[in-house]
Amino acid sequence: MAERGAGRLLIAVVAAIALAPLALGSFAVGLLDDIGIGALVALGLVLLTGVGGATSFGQAAFVGIAAYASAWLTTAHGASPWLGLPFALLLTGLAAWLIGALTLRLGGHFLPLSTIAWGLSIPLLFGNIDALGRHTGISNIPPLQFGPWSLITPRAIYTLIWLVVGLSCWFSHNLLHSRAGRAIRALRGGATLLGSVGADAYRVRLTLFVTAALFAGLAGWLYAHANRFVSPSPFDLRASIEYLLMAVAGGLGQLSGALVGAALVMAVKNALQDLLPLLSSRGSQLDSVVFAALFLLLLQYARGGLMGFLRRKIRSRAGRPALTAGPAVAPLPRRSLPPPGTPLLQVAGAVKRFGGLVAVAEVSFAVSAGEIVGLIGPNGAGKSTMFNLLTGTLPMDAGSVRFLGQDISAAAQRKIARLGMARTFQHVKLRPDMSLLDNVALGAHSRTRGGLLAAGLRLDRAEEAQIFAAAWAQLERIGLAERAHEPAGSLPLGTQRLLEIARALAADPVLLVLDEPAAGLRRREKQALLELLRRLRAEGMTILIVEHDMAFVMGLVDRLVVMNFGAKLVEGRPAEVRADPRVQSAYLGVGA
Amino acid sequence: MTWEVALILSADGLANGAVYLLAGLGLVLVFSVTRVVFVPFGDVIAFSALTLAAFEAGRTPPTIGLVLTLALLALAAELWRLARRREFARMPRALLLWGLLPALPCVFAWAVAGRTLPAVVTIVASIALVVPIAPLIARVALQPIADASVLVLLIASLALHFLLSGLGLLFFGPEGFRTEPLVGGALTLPGGFPVSAQTLLMIAAAIVLSGLFYLLFERTLHGKALRATAINRVGARLVGIRPARTAALAYGGASLLAGLIGVLVAPVTTMYYDSGFIIGLKAFVAAIIGGLSSYPLTAAGALAVGLVESFASFWSGALKDVIVFGMLIPVLLLRSLLVARVEDEEEEIDG
Repeated sequence: MAERGAGRLLIAVVAAIALAPLALGSFAVGLLDDIGIGALVALGLVLLTGVGGATSFGQAAFVGIAAYASAWLTTAHGASPWLGLPFALLLTGLAAWLIGALTLRLGGHFLPLSTIAWGLSIPLLFGNIDALGRHTGISNIPPLQFGPWSLITPRAIYTLIWLVVGLSCWFSHNLLHSRAGRAIRALRGGATLLGSVGADAYRVRLTLFVTAALFAGLAGWLYAHANRFVSPSPFDLRASIEYLLMAVAGGLGQLSGALVGAALVMAVKNALQDLLPLLSSRGSQLDSVVFAALFLLLLQYARGGLMGFLRRKIRSRAGRPALTAGPAVAPLPRRSLPPPGTPLLQVAGAVKRFGGLVAVAEVSFAVSAGEIVGLIGPNGAGKSTMFNLLTGTLPMDAGSVRFLGQDISAAAQRKIARLGMARTFQHVKLRPDMSLLDNVALGAHSRTRGGLLAAGLRLDRAEEAQIFAAAWAQLERIGLAERAHEPAGSLPLGTQRLLEIARALAADPVLLVLDEPAAGLRRREKQALLELLRRLRAEGMTILIVEHDMAFVMGLVDRLVVMNFGAKLVEGRPAEVRADPRVQSAYLGVGA
Repeated sequence: MTWEVALILSADGLANGAVYLLAGLGLVLVFSVTRVVFVPFGDVIAFSALTLAAFEAGRTPPTIGLVLTLALLALAAELWRLARRREFARMPRALLLWGLLPALPCVFAWAVAGRTLPAVVTIVASIALVVPIAPLIARVALQPIADASVLVLLIASLALHFLLSGLGLLFFGPEGFRTEPLVGGALTLPGGFPVSAQTLLMIAAAIVLSGLFYLLFERTLHGKALRATAINRVGARLVGIRPARTAALAYGGASLLAGLIGVLVAPVTTMYYDSGFIIGLKAFVAAIIGGLSSYPLTAAGALAVGLVESFASFWSGALKDVIVFGMLIPVLLLRSLLVARVEDEEEEIDG
C-alpha cells in the first residue's frame, strides 16, 4: 500500500514538474531553473552531510570551479558547451579529490573548518586571475545548443535542468540502496565498524566527497550556460551556506529534502526581496538578517527539516515492505575452509601498552581450524584489548600474529577482515536507522565488488540479489528474518549482539571472533545461541570467544585461555582450567 | 627583498600575530568550554573598533541600539523559558541579569558620548559596550541547542555571523573608519630601524593578556571550572559546575578579548562592519594549528599566520588571504598524518 502511494506521489511530482512551464510565466520558470540548480548542489550535501556525516561549507566553490571551467573553455577557446561538461566535471572532481585527500582523515570539526578555508579561498582566487576576468568575471558564455534548438531562454533550458535533476535523484537513490551506499550509510558508525567488514572508511568518505562535488559541478555547468555570465560572488562562502541551508531546511535525512529545501529557500529569498523594501528603506540590507534568523529558528525547532517532519507523520501510518527472501539466485561464492586441526591463528608474545599501563603482556596462544576457543578472565584482564590486537583494530607494540599462514601483526583492520576474520563488538556497532537486513548485508561487503557508478546506474542488481539472499539466510539462521525490515535500533541490546553475529557470518569468515555475544540474552536465547555456535563448528567454522557467562563458555568451548592482569594465566580444557588453583584465586581472590 | 624590508615586514607580522594570538585564545576558550566554533568572534572585534570610531567622531555609538536589541531578545528568550517552566520567582533575577546588566555599559557609553574625555575613558566604554554581545547572542541562539553535535553548533555559529554582520551593516552603515593611534611616536632600534609605538603596544598587549589568561586558567576557581567543563561536561555538572553559567563566562571572556582586539587594530586598519570576519578566520587558522585545544600551540600558530600574512602581502596583496588560508593545507596534512591511527570511538553524529 505504502509503496503504491509513494509511487503515485512520485508520478504526480514528476508530472507537475514536466507540465509546469506550460502553465507558468517566464519569471516563474526562471525561478524553477534556479531551484533545480540549487537542488543539485543540495542533493550532494544531503548525501555528504545527511548520510555521510561530513559537513562542507565550501560546496559553492565546487559549483564555481565547474562554472568557470566551462565558461573559460567555451569563451577563450570557442569549444562547444557540451565539451565544457566533461572538462568541468574533470576539474571539479580533481579539485575535490585533492582537497578531500588532504582533509578527510581529520576528525569531527576540523573537516568543516577546513572547508570554510577553501570555500573562501577559491572564490578569492577567481577574482584575482586575469584569464578568468578577475572580479568582473566572464560574460557572453555561449548557450547550450541541442541540434537546431538553442537553449538560450529559461524556458528552453528548463527541460535539460530538470532532466539532470531527475537523473541525479535516481542515481542517488540507487546508490543509497547498494553495496557502496550501505558503506556510505555506515560511515557515521565510525572507521572501526567499516574496517570490520573489510571497507576503508577513508576511501568511502573520499568517494562520497567527490560524488557530492560532482553534483555541484553539474550544477555549476548548468549555471554557467543558463546565466551566460559568471563572477566570483555567487560562489562565495555565503552561497555555500545558502546551499547548506537548503539541505537543512528540506531535511538532511532524505533525498527529497534537497528538492524541497531548494524550493523553500529560493521561494523565501524571492519573497523577502519583494517584501523587505516595502517594510523599510534599508530592506535590502535586512535580507541576510532575516535569512540568518530563519536559519537559526530552523536549527532550534526543526533540525530534521520539512521532509523529516513529514516523514515522521507518514511513517507511523505506512505499512512495511513484504517479507520475502527474494527470488532464488546463485549464492555468492564461498571460501573453502581449512581442514579441522590445521593451525589457523598463532599469537606470539603480543604486547599492548596504554601509556604506563600494560594491557596485554607477552600473551601467546594458538587456535586450530574447527575448534572453539574461549578467552576468559576477570574484568580488566585485557581480553577485549587482545581481540582488538588480533583484528587489527589497535596496533600492537610488540609480538606477532599469524593468520592462515600470513603475518598480520601490522596489517590494517580491513585487510585482516578480508582474509576471513570476522568479529563482533563488546559495545555493539550497528547502524540503528538501517534495517536488520541492510546491517547484515553490510557484512558481505568484502565478498562483493559492485562500485558506486554501477550502483547508481542499477548495473549491480544481480550481485545485490545475491547479497540479499546471503543476508537473508543469515537472518533466518539467528531467527530474526520476520523482522528483516525493522530498523536495527528497535531491537533489545542482547538481540543486537545476535545481529552482529549474523553480520559477521555474512562475510563468510574462516574465523569468527565474538566479544561477549551472550551478554544481555535471556536463557532461551542463550540456548539458541549455543546451538548456533555448535552448528557452526560442525560446519567447520573456527570460533574465538570472550564471554563472562561461565556456564555458557564451559558448555561450549574445546579449550580455554585464561588471562589475568594482561598476562596469560592458564591454557587448557575447560575441566582442567576449572580445577586450576591459579584460576580460582584470580577469580575469587587468594585462598579461595 | 632587502634586510630592511624584511625587518619591517617582520614587525608588521608580529603585530598581526599579536592580534591573531588574542583572537585565537578567545576562540579556543569558547570552543573548549562549549564545543562551539565561535565564528561571530570577528564581528565583535569590528563592532568594538567602530564603537571607538564613533566616540572619536563625537557621535553616540550605534552599538548601544545593537546591544539593547540583543538584550531584549535574550531577555524574551529567558522569560519565555521560565514562564514555560512556571518558575515565576526566578524572573526578577533574569530581568536583572539579562536586562539590566547589559544595559549598564549602554548607559555609561551614552553618558560618555559627545564629551571630550581622556582617550582611556572612551576606550573602556567601547570595550565595556561590546562585552555583552557574545553572551547575549549565545543565550538567544546557541544555548537552546547546547547539546547538539559540533557540526550543528558550527552551522548555527556561521548563521549567527551572518546575522551579526547584517545587523552591523544596519547599525553602522557601509562606511569604514580608522581611529587615532593609541600611542604616538616610534622607537628606533639599534641599526636605525624604526618600530612604531602602536606595533609595540600591540605586541606588549598580547604578551600581557596571554600571561593573564594563563594565570586565570591555572590559578583561579573560575578558571578551573572552565577547564573542567572543557574536559568533561557531564563530570563538571556532577561536581556542581553549571555548564550554562560557565558558557556565559567563556562567552563574556571572549567578548572582552574581542573588544580589546578591536581597540588595538582600529588605529592600524580601516575597519568596516564586516572586517572582523577575516580576522576571526585567520585566528581560526592559528587555533587549528593548536588543534583547537592547546594554548601554546595556538600562540605559535598565531605568530606564524601573522608573519606569513605580512610577507605574503609584500609578494601579492590581492592573494595574501588565499596564501594564509592555503597554510591550512600543510597544517591539516601534518595533523592527519599524526592522528591517522587514533581510533574514534564516538563518531556518532546526530542529524
